Amino acid sequence: MSEDLTFSYVVDGDNFTCAGEASSAVKKQLRWLGFSPDIIRRVSIAMYEGEINMVIHAGGGQATLTVQPDKIVMVLTDHGPGIENVELAMKEGYSTAPERIRNLGFGAGMGLPNMKRYTDEMRIETKVGEGTTITMVVYIPKSV
Amino acid sequence: MALFHHSVSLDKSKCIGCTNCIKRCPTEAIRIRDGHAYIIPERCIDCGVCIRICPHKAKKAVFDKFESLPKDKYKIALPAPALYGQFENLDDVNYVLQGLLDIGFDDVYEVAAAAELVSDYTRRYLRRTDIPKPVISTACPVVSRLIMLRYPFLGEHILPIKQPMEVAAIEARKRAMQRHPELKAEDIVVAFISPCPAKVSYIRSEGADSSTNIDYVFSIREIYLELLAVMKKDKQPAELSGSGRIGIGWASIGGEATAIMNDKYLAADGIENVIRVLDEIDNGLLENLDFIELDACNGGCVGGVLTVINPYIAKARLHTLRHYLPISQNWANNDDAEVPAEYLDEAEYEYHPVSVLDQDRETAIEMMNRIEKLKKMLPGNDCGFCGSPTCAAFAADVVKGQAKVEDCFTYLRGEPLKKEPADDSQ
Repeated sequence: MSEDLTFSYVVDGDNFTCAGEASSAVKKQLRWLGFSPDIIRRVSIAMYEGEINMVIHAGGGQATLTVQPDKIVMVLTDHGPGIENVELAMKEGYSTAPERIRNLGFGAGMGLPNMKRYTDEMRIETKVGEGTTITMVVYIPKSV
Repeated sequence: MALFHHSVSLDKSKCIGCTNCIKRCPTEAIRIRDGHAYIIPERCIDCGVCIRICPHKAKKAVFDKFESLPKDKYKIALPAPALYGQFENLDDVNYVLQGLLDIGFDDVYEVAAAAELVSDYTRRYLRRTDIPKPVISTACPVVSRLIMLRYPFLGEHILPIKQPMEVAAIEARKRAMQRHPELKAEDIVVAFISPCPAKVSYIRSEGADSSTNIDYVFSIREIYLELLAVMKKDKQPAELSGSGRIGIGWASIGGEATAIMNDKYLAADGIENVIRVLDEIDNGLLENLDFIELDACNGGCVGGVLTVINPYIAKARLHTLRHYLPISQNWANNDDAEVPAEYLDEAEYEYHPVSVLDQDRETAIEMMNRIEKLKKMLPGNDCGFCGSPTCAAFAADVVKGQAKVEDCFTYLRGEPLKKEPADDSQ
């Protein structure tokens, strides 16, 4: 009977310092919904890494978070360059981030691996030259 | 937690229901209801921002009155180091300490001296490799309360050593019993002279389970006036002071952090900065630091709302005062990293989220949906007329049944609220 709850966020690609805003907003919303600290942490880390990726590689994008009683679904969509080799991109420490981004302390090649590690399901749909959509799911155990 | 006692409170007769406090409260803990402010106790962190900004002086801090100090007990004053910064042209702390004896205390134990012990134990504690870093100071009770309400993963980062005022209370009692073997424990009362309401709340709330050793809390403001009347430079004060630069340095931001004698620290003051730093630690972004000192008030404890003098002036005065003092006069009395059991902070910084809409997940989701819809209909100008700090907070208040849509100014003015988007209504 309960209707899905969806939040949408625009991730601004021009402003590096804004990356993390969606993740902070998500944290607050999930706290209101009474999720356990562990679930909140996993979702916000995955969201944060996704946001940073969109800012570094794709000039921003769109993030949506859908909350259902048994799962939280995050969808991050961008119209950036796409990922050429997904398998390689998933390797820890592999990064295509430019030097200037690495100098800022980002681009350690942990973004996608962390997103996978902290979520229960992750799906990457990408087309070179067109963009990437990443869907992540965190399941909610009955008791939390 | 249910017994949490707040020092910050409202004088209803002075409150005219303006929006200054609701807009500035860092935890959105205040609403205007029926023409007056209402402080939501679960959300209040006793930071004192509302006391500072209320133009009508309707917010106040509750603390003990100096006249309530019992005459027939052995009375020990514990002055916070911020007290020393209040006086013009003060060149010797002993004038203040002598003054405390002259206004009726039997003994004085400087919180600055206890702070030096805490600093020494903190340095030893930080050498341990099995502790979660960065370690966060507990000296500002606003910060520890904020952590309990919002940051479930930061509880274990909190320094497990009692704050200086509590260590001072323990040492002061011990010293009094040594000097006066005829005294029984119940003959001694210990009074902390506080720069802020948060310390009052901390002591009162801890007091509920009797883990505090402090019996009375007076405000620096009240004691300052008492002291001005007796502090005359014509007589030489007794040599009572036993603290150095480190202890007095604790009064302002950075004092505690620099005392760890290690460059891997961060010190931030002002509640907005404190929240931002905690967010960063929570996001795991500050892992290469050893120690975090956070003070809710601008300038540190010298900026507390129960002080008299502008925090930066007080800080400048403390610089002068500290100039000829030794670095520290108090050291831990053992060589290992062990913190004595009596100094260990037993308080549990358990997570107490306050904003959960409903314990039932489906109900909470349904409420959140209604909040999101209502938010889109509201003007979004955050005018505060309704008594909630923002349109978003108002939407939540309405859905929680704590406010009515009709309270919205735009609605009252007869303007239609924004149409609900059609696709959401089905």
